[in-house]
Amino acid sequence: MHLSSFVEMVESGFDDRALLGDHNSRITGTDFGFLVRLGATQVHNKYASVMYVGENHPLLPIALFAVAWAGVPFVPVNYRLEDRQLRSLIERYPNSLVLTDQTTAARLESLSPLILDEWLREISNIDLEEVGPIEPAENDDDVAVVLFTSGTTSEPKSALLRHRHLMAYLLGSVEFGSADESEAVLVSVPPYHVAGIANMLSNLFSGRRLVYLKSFSAQEWLSKVAEEKVTHAMVVPTMLARIVEELDGAVMATSTLRTLSYGGAKVSERIIRLALQAFPTTGFVNAYGLTETASTIAVLGPEDHREALASDDPMIQRRLFSVGQVLPMVEIEIRDDHERVVEAGTSGLIYLRGEQVSGEYAGINLLADDGWFCTRDQGFIDSDGYLFIEGRVDDTIIRGGENIAPAEIEEVLLAQPGVAEACVVGLPDDEWGQRIVAVVVRQSGHNLEPNILQDAVRKVLRGSKTPEEIIVRDSLPHTETGKMLRRVVQSELLARIGGTAT
Amino acid sequence: MILKPGARLISAVCTAELMTVKAPKTELEVTIGGVVTIASAAARDGSAAVVAGHEGGTLMGKRYVDEADTIELLCTKAGTGAVAVNGELLQLKEAKALPASD
Repeated sequence: MHLSSFVEMVESGFDDRALLGDHNSRITGTDFGFLVRLGATQVHNKYASVMYVGENHPLLPIALFAVAWAGVPFVPVNYRLEDRQLRSLIERYPNSLVLTDQTTAARLESLSPLILDEWLREISNIDLEEVGPIEPAENDDDVAVVLFTSGTTSEPKSALLRHRHLMAYLLGSVEFGSADESEAVLVSVPPYHVAGIANMLSNLFSGRRLVYLKSFSAQEWLSKVAEEKVTHAMVVPTMLARIVEELDGAVMATSTLRTLSYGGAKVSERIIRLALQAFPTTGFVNAYGLTETASTIAVLGPEDHREALASDDPMIQRRLFSVGQVLPMVEIEIRDDHERVVEAGTSGLIYLRGEQVSGEYAGINLLADDGWFCTRDQGFIDSDGYLFIEGRVDDTIIRGGENIAPAEIEEVLLAQPGVAEACVVGLPDDEWGQRIVAVVVRQSGHNLEPNILQDAVRKVLRGSKTPEEIIVRDSLPHTETGKMLRRVVQSELLARIGGTAT
Repeated sequence: MILKPGARLISAVCTAELMTVKAPKTELEVTIGGVVTIASAAARDGSAAVVAGHEGGTLMGKRYVDEADTIELLCTKAGTGAVAVNGELLQLKEAKALPASD
């Protein structure tokens, strides 16, 4: 199916339901369909793609669906990138309409961008009778959305999501119209992240009103939740950490929030426990997915969270740090270095297959002939089917021939009092091939002693997994969506000893 | 008619509207409430009623499939008529509700 069919479903199912806008202006399903048709006439036969370089915008869905209806790709770009990188990404897509926000427009002058608000004004002045409506595009093998990978390990790549991938995800994981009219979702994940796109699409599909936060701050997030009686929200770990910090122990006992989902990177045990205490009546959902899988492929639901918290059984308790079970329409295999499927509890590389799995970048399709996609994430599935993620295989440290996942050591460090963040990397070593170095950030009001932390790791793991060196720092670099920039930490440490990355 | 994914089906006798999710590439006759579907809700004149044996209705968001699982229709607007293809009443496809993950 094509996203243009999605527009017709919205018109049919939610004709007079408010879907977008705030309490001043409400856009119903009928209005939405009309604006999408107007927008499509402006894009059709004129542009090869439409890019969006800017903050979140309450009417962004109109742009995305108008572009889909017109049959060209929608390409959201991270407006926070520095000028040179931003330009080079935009230049990858010639003959594009570049939509932007007020602040970013000035930086893009030579690319003749159009501010989204102006585009919306322009299309609302179109007389549909006069220009003639255009037929909806219907080839579901066309590219719907292009997303640039965050580039934590290399240059950003253009991941391609076709209409069939996005619709397969929606049809498989969301019941159309399942939200009641009082529900509202707060979208605070940026539009250039797969979670931002999935957030928009799946909530619209369920008929839930979309409330947008232009750009995230914990204070605004909390006041928007109260102001708009928000029932659902999705945040990345950095946001969850900031919300918990902002609350500073306050308990939101009467929050309207029914569901708070988090994902996009690993959340520390401390933050998740604090979050569960701060929102005692909210159901927590942990979601795992990749850009290349059109968002979520595994979920840990509210009941799993409750059960893990209440259990005395360590095997059930630890599920709190799993990403739950794989969605019914996705197949998963954990394979060893020889691509043999391993048994439950054994870690290996995560392979996925399913209609939502794109596994494709511009010019390169990484899907095997039989449809399997290697995520390059490492993890294991326990005997009850819970999936645990151990990090990128490319981050694996090989010390004295032993493969060591940094996440395993980081978990132990994060469990120590006073440790707010931890990053473990491998640096070249003449004797061992690589040696383990940890960088830790302290929580305010705590002091950290490297040798005490080393003892703690040695006690839980083994000597061979104990960092040879532990450095205490004020902060660690992250992407805007909370992924730790391990590569940056590693090159900084290498620069210190005058080496280069391997 | 030959249905393609994305094709809309609108009842001539009730408020029901469905969207084609999957369909075989063969000639089909789709009825809702026992009467052949129409192209637009505006064409519904109110003269026809649900035929006996085709009651039961269609529910918002639910999927309807045939015995052989060759056709799947998704209800986007509920109605009082049941959906049938070539005379066979379609069955409600049970789906496990998943937690809202995004």
